[in-house]
Parts: sequence; C-alpha cells; structure tokens
Amino acid sequence: MDRVLTANFDHPDVDKLPVYEGRGGYRSLKKVFSLKPEQVIEEVKSSGLRGRGGAGFGTGMKWGFVPQNSGKPIYLCVNADEGEPGTFKDRELLLRDPHRLIEGVIIASYAIRCHTAYLYLRGEFFEPYQKLEAAIREAYTKGYLGKNILGTGYDLDLHIHRGAGGYICGEETALIESLEGKRGYPRLKPPFPAVQGLFGCPTVVNNVETLSALPYILEKGAASYKKMGTEKSPGTKLFSISGPVQKPGVYEIELGYPLRKFIHEDAGGMLPGKILKAVIPGGSSVPILDASEVEQVNLDYESMNQFGTFLGSGGVIVIDEDFCLVKALKVLAKFYAHESCGQCSPCREGTGWVHKIMTRMEAGKGTPADLDLLLNLADNMTGQTICVLADSIAMPTRSYIKKFRQEFEDHVALQKCSKM
Amino acid sequence: MPKVTIDEKVVDVPEGTNLIEAARLGGIEVPHYCYHPKLSVAGNCRMCLVEIEKQPKLQIACNTKVAEGMVVKTQNPRVEKARRSVLEFILINHPIDCPICDQAGECKLQEYYMKHDLAVSRFPIEEKVHKDKAVDLGPWVMLDMERCILCTRCVRFCQEVAEVNELCVSERGDHSTLTTFPGAKLENPYSANVVEICPVGALTNKDFRFKCRVWFLKRTESVCPGCSMGCNINIDQNEGEIHRLTPRVNEEVNEHWMCDEGRLTYKPVNQKNRLRFAKMGEKDLHPDEVLRAVREMMTGVDPNLVCGIGSAQFTNEDNYALASFLKELGSSHLFYHRFEPAHPSVDDYLIKADKNPNTKGVSTLGFKEIGGDRRFKFFFVLGALPEEALNRIALEQQKKVILFNPWDEETVHYADTLLPVGTFAETEGTFTNCQGRVQRIRAAFPPPGEGRPVWQWLTHLTRLFEKPAPNYTTAPALFLSMANQIAAFRGLDYEKIGNQGMLLKG
Ligand SMILES: Cc1cc2nc3c(=O)[nH]c(=O)nc-3n(C[C@H](O)[C@H](O)[C@H](O)COP(=O)(O)O)c2cc1C
Ligand code: SF4
Ligand code: SF4
Ligand code: SF4
Ligand code: FES
Repeated sequence: MDRVLTANFDHPDVDKLPVYEGRGGYRSLKKVFSLKPEQVIEEVKSSGLRGRGGAGFGTGMKWGFVPQNSGKPIYLCVNADEGEPGTFKDRELLLRDPHRLIEGVIIASYAIRCHTAYLYLRGEFFEPYQKLEAAIREAYTKGYLGKNILGTGYDLDLHIHRGAGGYICGEETALIESLEGKRGYPRLKPPFPAVQGLFGCPTVVNNVETLSALPYILEKGAASYKKMGTEKSPGTKLFSISGPVQKPGVYEIELGYPLRKFIHEDAGGMLPGKILKAVIPGGSSVPILDASEVEQVNLDYESMNQFGTFLGSGGVIVIDEDFCLVKALKVLAKFYAHESCGQCSPCREGTGWVHKIMTRMEAGKGTPADLDLLLNLADNMTGQTICVLADSIAMPTRSYIKKFRQEFEDHVALQKCSKM
Repeated sequence: MPKVTIDEKVVDVPEGTNLIEAARLGGIEVPHYCYHPKLSVAGNCRMCLVEIEKQPKLQIACNTKVAEGMVVKTQNPRVEKARRSVLEFILINHPIDCPICDQAGECKLQEYYMKHDLAVSRFPIEEKVHKDKAVDLGPWVMLDMERCILCTRCVRFCQEVAEVNELCVSERGDHSTLTTFPGAKLENPYSANVVEICPVGALTNKDFRFKCRVWFLKRTESVCPGCSMGCNINIDQNEGEIHRLTPRVNEEVNEHWMCDEGRLTYKPVNQKNRLRFAKMGEKDLHPDEVLRAVREMMTGVDPNLVCGIGSAQFTNEDNYALASFLKELGSSHLFYHRFEPAHPSVDDYLIKADKNPNTKGVSTLGFKEIGGDRRFKFFFVLGALPEEALNRIALEQQKKVILFNPWDEETVHYADTLLPVGTFAETEGTFTNCQGRVQRIRAAFPPPGEGRPVWQWLTHLTRLFEKPAPNYTTAPALFLSMANQIAAFRGLDYEKIGNQGMLLKG
C-alpha cells in the first residue's frame, strides 16, 4: 500500500514549504496544468475517489455537476469543520501536512474552474489555523496561490474562515450559510450547492481528506490509486480509532481491510482486561456493530452497508464490556440535542426528547415503556428533516436498543447501571 | 400546464406551482405552518409531508413543484402517521395555555390537533422547556416564546416584505428563541402583520390582546381609510365596538398586508365624541325639524350662492349624492377638501402620502380643489373642513353652513347645522384608491344615535324641496345612477366589484 495521505506524517517539518517541496510536494501541479480541467475531472472520476466527509459520494462525479455556463463565479469550500464525535483525522492532516491540502485545493479548483476557495475551519482548531495560515502565506509567496500561478495564467485565492463552534456548520449547506455570514441553518435541497451554493453560485464542498488525496492521484495516476482498496471503494482512508485500545490514533488503511485486524493488529488490540463489546465504525452517528459483526466486517463502504451501518467519516469508536451503552446513548443524545440547529420540528424537539428520556433512564428512572417509545421516536425522526442530523441520533438509538436490548432492560429493571 | 393527481383528483395547474397550492386548487388542504404564499419557502415545520409516487421518502409539499403526471397522496395512512408525529413533536414543549391565549379559536395548532391528531400526550409536563412568556418586541407586538413553533414566518416577513433585519432566531435545538437583533426593535411600519401570519398565539397585537375572544368577533369586509392605497381589511367588532382591523388579501392592492398606522384608523369610530343627533347651534333637534329648517333657509336662494364641498374622506356615493343634490338646486359649484397632515408618512410600498381614501374618486366626480372668488353664501359640506378653508370662498361674514360629520368636534362648531353621519365602518359604498380601483366598504354596524348616510339625509331634503330626483334608497342604487352618469364609472357594477374592486375606465 502506498501512503497517499500520511506519507509525510513522519516528517515533523513538512509544514514548511521547502521541506514539503523536497519531499515531492506541489509536483503534481505541473501535470495538472498541462491537462484541461475536464481531463482532471476525468482522472479523479476514474480513480474512484469518494468523499471522505461521510457520505462517500463520488468526487469526480460531484465536480461534474457544476454547470460551466452559468456565467457566475464557481466556488470551492474546503470542509475543515470536523466535529463528529470520534472523528479526528482531518485535524491530523491540517496539523501535519497542510501543504498537501493546499495542493489538493489547487487541483480541485482548477478542475472546476474556481478562482476563489474558502477553507471553513472548525473554530476550536487554533493550532491547525496557525499552521494553515503560515502554509498559505508560503504558497502565495512561492506563486502556488494568487495571480498567474506558476506562469499558467490561472488565478486562485484561498481564504480561511473560522467557524464559531456549531457542529451543524459541517453540514455543507449550513457551512455555506455560515460563510455568507448567516446563522448556520442547513438549506433545503434541491437546489444542490453544485448548482446554487455560496452566494447563489455553483459551489463544490469537499472534505479535507478528500482533497488531500488529490496530489497522489494526479501525480501517480488514477490507476495506481485504484490498485489499492476494493473495486467500489478504491484507495486508502484515514481511520481515527478511540476507546480502550492499546494504540488509539489516526491510521491510513487500505479500504477493504478487516475491522478486526485493524483493531487487534494496527491499533494494538484491547487494553489489558478489556473485552470488546461493540464498535461504532464511522463516527458517532452511524449504527453500532456488535462483537460478532466486528469479526466479519471490512473497512469499506459496501461491507459496512451489508452490516446495516456506514463507513462514514472513519471515526472508529471501540466500546468494551465495562462501558454502559445507556450512558453512551445519553451522551450522544446530549450532543445531538445541543447541536441540532433547531429548524425542523422533528429534530429540534425529538433530539431534546430523546436526551430527556436517556437522562432519566441513565439515572435509574427509566420505565420499560421508554424503550419502545425511543424506538418509535427514532422512526418518527428518520427521513423527515432538512438535513440528516435527526437521523444521526435516530440511527444510534435504534441500533443500540435493537442490538443490546437486554442491557437497556437490565438498566431499567435494576434502576441503575449494572456496570458499576 | 402540468396535470397532477392529488388524492385521486386530477388537477391542471400552472408550471412552477408547489404542491400546497396545487392541492388547494383541487380543493384539498395540505396542513402547513411555515409555508406562506408571500414568503420564501423555509420547509422547517415538516407538517406538509406528502407521499409522491416513485419517491421512497415523504416529501414536503411546500418545496415540491408540480411535474407532469405526478401522483400525490395527502391523506393515506403513511402521510397521516407522519403528520401526527410532527404535530406531537411541535406540541411536546408547547404550554397549551389556550384558555388565556388570544389565538385560541383561530389557532392552527388547535385546528390541526383537532383535525389530525387528538392523541394523548406522551411527554411529561414537568419536562417541558420553559421560555419567556411576555417579551416586548416593539410598539405593536408581544411575544410568548413558549407558544412559538419556530416556523420563522415572522423573521422572513421582516426580511422579505418589510425589508428590515429586526427579528432572528438565536440559540439552538429546543432552546431556540425568537428574538430581535441586539439593539433592534420590531418597529418597521408593517410590524403588526407578523401577528396575523404567526400560525399560533406566540405573537399578539398589543392593541388587541386580552380584549375579546375571537369567537365573539363579527367580521366585515372593508377598506382602510388611512391613505389613498386603500388596503383591503376586515373590521372585527363585537356589539358595535371595533376591536381590530386586519388585512384582507387583495393581490392587486395590498397583497396580504397593511401598515401599522392603518390599524389605528378604527380608533375614532369608537371615540366618545361621536355626533349622535342633528344640531342647530347648541341644540339637538329631531331630524325632520332640522331638514325643514334647512328647507326654509334655502327657499328662494340664488343657486349661484350655493356650493357643495365634498370630501376625499367620504365615499363616492356620498359625494355623488351631494353633487346630484346641488344640481337639483341649480348649482354646479363643487369643491372638495382632504385631510392633509403636516408630515405624512410615506414609502414606496403601501404607505401613500395622500392620507385620504377617496381623492381619486371625488376628483373623478368633478369636484375641484377649493379656490377662487369669495362669492358663496350657502355651503353643504362633507366632513370637518377647517373654517379658514371655507372663508377663502365665502362672502364675508355671511356664510350659512350645513355640515355632515361623524364627530361633534370644536373645529366644526362654526356650522349652522350639523348632521350626524357614519364613519367608514358604518357606511356602505365605495372608495376609489390611487390606482383608480373602485373598492367597496361595508357597514359593520349602524352609526350611533340618529346618524345616517349623507345620501340619505340629502334624499330626504330633496323630497322636502318637492323635487322628483334624486331619490335614492340604497348605496347600490346610487352606484347604478353614478355608473350611468359619470363616464369613468361607466360599465362598473356594484356586485361585480365584490371584495376585490374594479378599475375605473381610462
Ligand atoms: C450534521 C452534519 C455534519 C457534518 N459535518 C461534517 C464535517 O465536519 N466535515 C465534513 O467534511 N463533512 C461533514 N458533513 C458532510 C458534509 O455535508 C458534506 O457531505 C461533505 O463535506 C462533502 O465533502 P466530500 O464529498 O469530500 O465528503 C456533515 C454532514 C452533516 C449532516
Ligand atoms: S435536521 Fe436538525 S440540524 Fe438538520 S436542519 Fe433540521 S433541525 Fe437543523
Ligand atoms: S398558541 Fe394555540 S395551542 Fe397554543 S396556547 Fe395559544 S391557542 Fe392554544
Ligand atoms: S413567533 Fe409565530 S411566526 Fe414567528 S416563528 Fe414563532 S410561531 Fe412562527
Ligand atoms: S409547510 Fe412545508 S415544511 Fe412547513
């Protein structure tokens, strides 16, 4: 496996431009500028790269939706708002290899004919902000950004916009609203951003990791990228693993890799005395896997779907037998109730309701009827709202109760946590 | 035009119509809160979910445009279940203080709950989120935040119609709060419209709240007398006391709105100083006595000394009756006056600087602005004409004034004879607005005391003069005569004017 994303992670000074260049950085641009934008899109399409922000949508295909004759400017928004609990992979890319992202931004912008790109950065990411600012300044000085890049006549500006702390601003249309200076309310779709996004203009929103994969793809070719991974999930992906494992952290893994192997070999296995009970494989909003499923599933989009869950952002949360799932669900519900933007009735009220039930249940005041009520609420919150944040608590709720109903029932019957 | 099938019913609707409107055209109501035909689509309440054939998920009707061959279900079990669940979500944190809520009786939450839900609460009362109960948003509007369902209609109204940034939502999730921007108030000239578009009792009109339960109100369609725009309104009253004026839809005039100033125009109707009886000097007299006295005074008078002063505050019918009466007397001297405040409000939307509802009408009827020689002695005047205006055309020291007015005001005590008439709220007839649109006003109740329409007084007078005409019995009859006599009114029909008005010819 080639290290597509983390090749420079062992080089602490690679955030400095000369070091990055010394390691082959910005080399893909020469090739990129020799191609027509459409050819770049084709190359990315044939690499099979899929969006790493969570939805896994084909990147080249998304770019292809941008109308080239609207007469309006075209924008690229870099989604660096990484806020999903359990997901901390973009932060590493920003901190440890900022120039790779900038190079990716240049490639994507050129492909979609964008001349102004915005990087929407999670407000709490202060250190990444400093690193990025410095890197962008270097790139301007060296002529990778700004007017007439590398003498090609192509212009591109890249601005950083720091968020103010709302998880919802990672949702691409809320991100756009926020960039426009408005409250971060997700927009109704259609229209999709590709047609009507930032300031009403065609816009592509791409995740940090998605863009960071581009320099490799353009330099080494789509074919090399496609050699890795599986047929439908080609390439590599970052996984951030947390929980009671020996070596939590961020790993670049070839897609299709067995989850079991990832946990027990790459991440060093469980901490002494800890027994794996369940894994949330793709960030906090995806359905949970029980231990037997963990044994069988692979780290790719299709395999995850077969087990009724999603690869999502690649935030792997490992849960051991000693950890109470009632509490886990309560913590999640609190997060989503706090982060619901509050527009849609089912999400605004439903997240709060689930949180209240879970708080009660965790404190030992749940009733047997609560479990079915929760399942019913989860159904009522699914697929009814403007964005999928409501589903993001509905899916865990449903899957935790369905797969671990006994644990929930015990908690209710004992009127306290049996784990303590 | 695309054909869509909604609940088995085929409707033919214009391209671009959304499913709420398409269903409405087919006589089907899709329940909704956040959608408003005059505002952008927010799609946040999720109440309008419907099933569309070949689409796996339910879709919101407000944000779905019709497409040829679309098959839509608005009331199958799946849709009804979704609707009930949305209603449940909206209601869990609702205070349900209907017994003390001004909206009760015209509340969409009550209405849809009764129609679509009727479920028992699954949410413990003590877990409800509490929010502020009486927030003063501005001169007109109070907010009860617990009742707000966060549909953002009011926010969008301010941004899109009033074009100001006054309202916004702050906080998130179920703590979301409607509020004014820091340092701002809800004080645009159209601010009170948010009360009517608020589907629940969250926004109440300070001028109306706690005054009357809505089911005691009787509604009369009318036109605002506040300026020459003539916004269409409803007069809501109970036993002769007006409690509020609300805008009535007329896409050609005021769309769905009216200005805040216009909402105050009912106040003088309820005022204590109404003229109840005919008066000569300080004495109240029986109408017949007064009319006989006027008849006596006018006997043998040279018609060239007689003039009529109409008013842009009075209806076409009243002014026309005055003109006809003078014609019978042999005079064609017709002037009019209008109310002209020193600093009239004005904007480029509904608020016109001309604060009279019928300037266009009275001038169309041939009345001229007051001016010229001081040569008249006998005056028939509609409304509170300032005395100095009259003196400009009166033979010095010699005037005799018969004045029709709804109020007993000091400023008109120069009149020899005062005859009580109705205000706009007590009058049947028409105003012609600045667009030349003839619009009907209707009497919500009769004028107090012995007040009666101008034309009725004049008809009785005419009879005393033993003239055959005009002999009007109703406002529509007068209108018919006017349509026959006045070129601009030709072809207009009182019935056809209906509640949306008709344009004058030319
Ligand atoms: C509630 C919510 C939060 C999201 N947060 C993020 C985020 O922090 N970072 C991100 O890249 N995508 C996030 N997404 C996904 C974006 O909407 C979008 O799909 C993504 O940025 C597209 O980029 P990609 O195609 O490169 O994956 C979020 C989506 C939702 C619904
Ligand atoms: S689903 Fe929740 S977070 Fe998403 S738009 Fe609706 S209220 Fe906001
Ligand atoms: S808003 Fe409607 S449901 Fe709520 S208290 Fe008022 S009348 Fe009752
Ligand atoms: S106050 Fe009324 S109109 Fe405004 S958001 Fe709340 S419910 Fe909607
Ligand atoms: S009316 Fe359609 S979502 Fe509110």
